[in-house]
Amino acid sequence: MGEINGRQPASLIHCEDLWKVYRLGDVEVHALRGLNLTIEQGEFVAIMGSSGSGKSTLMNMLGCLDQPTNGHYWLNGVDVARLRADELADIRNRQIGFVFQSFNLIARTSALENAQLPLFYRGLPLREQRALAAAALERVGLKGREQHYPTQLSGGQQQRVAIARALVTRPSLLLADEPTGNLDTESSREIMTILDRLNKEEGITVILVTHEPDIAAYASREVVIKDGQVLTDRHTKLNEPSNAAGI
Amino acid sequence: MPAFLLLTIVTAVRILSRNRLRAGLTMLGIVIGVGAVIAMVSIGEGAKAAVQAQVATMGTNVIIILPGATTATGVRAGQGTKVTLTVSDGIYLKKRAPLLRDTGWAKRDAMQVVNGSRNWNVRVYGISPSYLSIRDWSFENGGGFTQTDVDTAARVAIIGQTVVDNLFEAGEEPVGAAIRIKNVPFRVVGVLTAKGQSAEGWDQDDVIFIPFSTAERKVFGTSFFGSVGALYASTENVEDLAPAVEQIREALRVRHRLQADQEDDFTIKTQVDIGKLQEGTSETLTVMLLSIAAVSLLVGGIGIMNILLVSVTERTREIGVRMAVGAKRRHILIQFLIEAVTLSLLGGTIGIIVGIVGARLTTVIAGWPTIISGSTVIAAFLFSLVVGLFFGLYPANKAARLNPIEALRYE
Repeated sequence: MGEINGRQPASLIHCEDLWKVYRLGDVEVHALRGLNLTIEQGEFVAIMGSSGSGKSTLMNMLGCLDQPTNGHYWLNGVDVARLRADELADIRNRQIGFVFQSFNLIARTSALENAQLPLFYRGLPLREQRALAAAALERVGLKGREQHYPTQLSGGQQQRVAIARALVTRPSLLLADEPTGNLDTESSREIMTILDRLNKEEGITVILVTHEPDIAAYASREVVIKDGQVLTDRHTKLNEPSNAAGI
Repeated sequence: MPAFLLLTIVTAVRILSRNRLRAGLTMLGIVIGVGAVIAMVSIGEGAKAAVQAQVATMGTNVIIILPGATTATGVRAGQGTKVTLTVSDGIYLKKRAPLLRDTGWAKRDAMQVVNGSRNWNVRVYGISPSYLSIRDWSFENGGGFTQTDVDTAARVAIIGQTVVDNLFEAGEEPVGAAIRIKNVPFRVVGVLTAKGQSAEGWDQDDVIFIPFSTAERKVFGTSFFGSVGALYASTENVEDLAPAVEQIREALRVRHRLQADQEDDFTIKTQVDIGKLQEGTSETLTVMLLSIAAVSLLVGGIGIMNILLVSVTERTREIGVRMAVGAKRRHILIQFLIEAVTLSLLGGTIGIIVGIVGARLTTVIAGWPTIISGSTVIAAFLFSLVVGLFFGLYPANKAARLNPIEALRYE
């Protein structure tokens, strides 16, 4: 079952025969049915699919918020399927940044403190937390807004705070779940530009869930999920790492 | 971890200060509970100290032996109505009960006392010279009886403060003055310092002492020479009281020729017994009020639990976000526990202040003595900490066990 097949260099993400079965009362829901997917470090991937296709389940799985019922998910060579809750929390804290559709900032808490949140759980000295969070806000163009509360910021600015929060730990993987779903066109463009820049300039792997083709167009690879499996997987730009598509 | 803890405490305080009314109402139970505990214990301690002070006015390690009750055709009269104790019993006890430091006796009667145009009805005691030292009476003015006074049954009197107040003009010198007790002229030789109220509640200073011999022969009149109203004794140490009581009982039973199946024809009381009796009343009250306070603290704790459960529900998404960015279960658990403890400690602190103010007011308004002890304050503080931890644990655990995916999706 779970051998790594001598694939070199080890991929950032390698999913093999991933199954997720939920039980809703008497009904078994197969959200993932033996899904296989490999994503290399530095890719910008858009995951598309209709609702109920299993793409949300896949995102939860990739984000280490959930564990598969069956199969393997190697993140940086670690089989996540076997980890305990606290170890998953550590991986989320150190390797993954989340950007949500509804921003999910903590209310009545300043932009700086929102961006600081992941470091809070790492036990860094307070001064260092502040400095890193301020730097992250600067990277998303929010210098000077550190003390603003979410309600004092526009939707686009709130999403940028969320991106700063995701970036502050310098993760290798950024997961964005419909990041522009609640934003107007102009703000959407801003957010996508930031994600694109992070991918191009800093080499952060970005995985994006969306159902808007023009948003998906920012990515260099498009994976369509249907019925818990990969339906299509194609590179849409040529300037990306040229390894083969997911198995 | 210190940075995490510090920030968590800051966050908790901030979250609570956002909802001041809610936090205040939640704390109210703890405030009332702790305030009640502090006030009640202060009042209880004050009452206890007052009783102890009263009991202390009896003397030091005092034992009182009262004659038994008479029984006439099945009707038992009150304690001390039968003549069973005599002066010679007292002298005998001093020899037979080695634990006793001193023994004395007294006999009393209420009579009218006259000084010039003033008169006063007062308890007059005929006493052995040792009586005053057993009862730790001291003189404000003048002195006690001399052996000659006792031997000659001299007409000399020692008077208490209340008697001075009622029988003499302000500024009039009582010592050396002549008063008449039951029409017999007496010379005042001493004035006693005030002792105040006794543990039983009567005025100890409303009293006149004359030598026992004088009382017997010249004032009271008696059909049975040597009979006493009560015998008094004292021991060197408190620990000696109980064994001394046994020695007295055995000696008196032998002397009174009591058979094994006969009851004692006397009653022995010690200062400690009397003190306990008095303290018992205030302790019952304290226990009762403390249990009310405990119920109040319980209700306060449930209030905290309730509001935290609401808070966990309200902040489900926040908990989800925290988990998504790497909060472990224990981080969430600690966060909510700290909120609970902050609430309960704040409530406890306010309660301590309320309790202290309440105790002070009781002293000022009702005039009851109160004592606020540091240990009570510390205990109340620790107790509110425990209440916070105990009642915070369930909601905190509920928050920590949330599934991050469901929490993030919660509307």
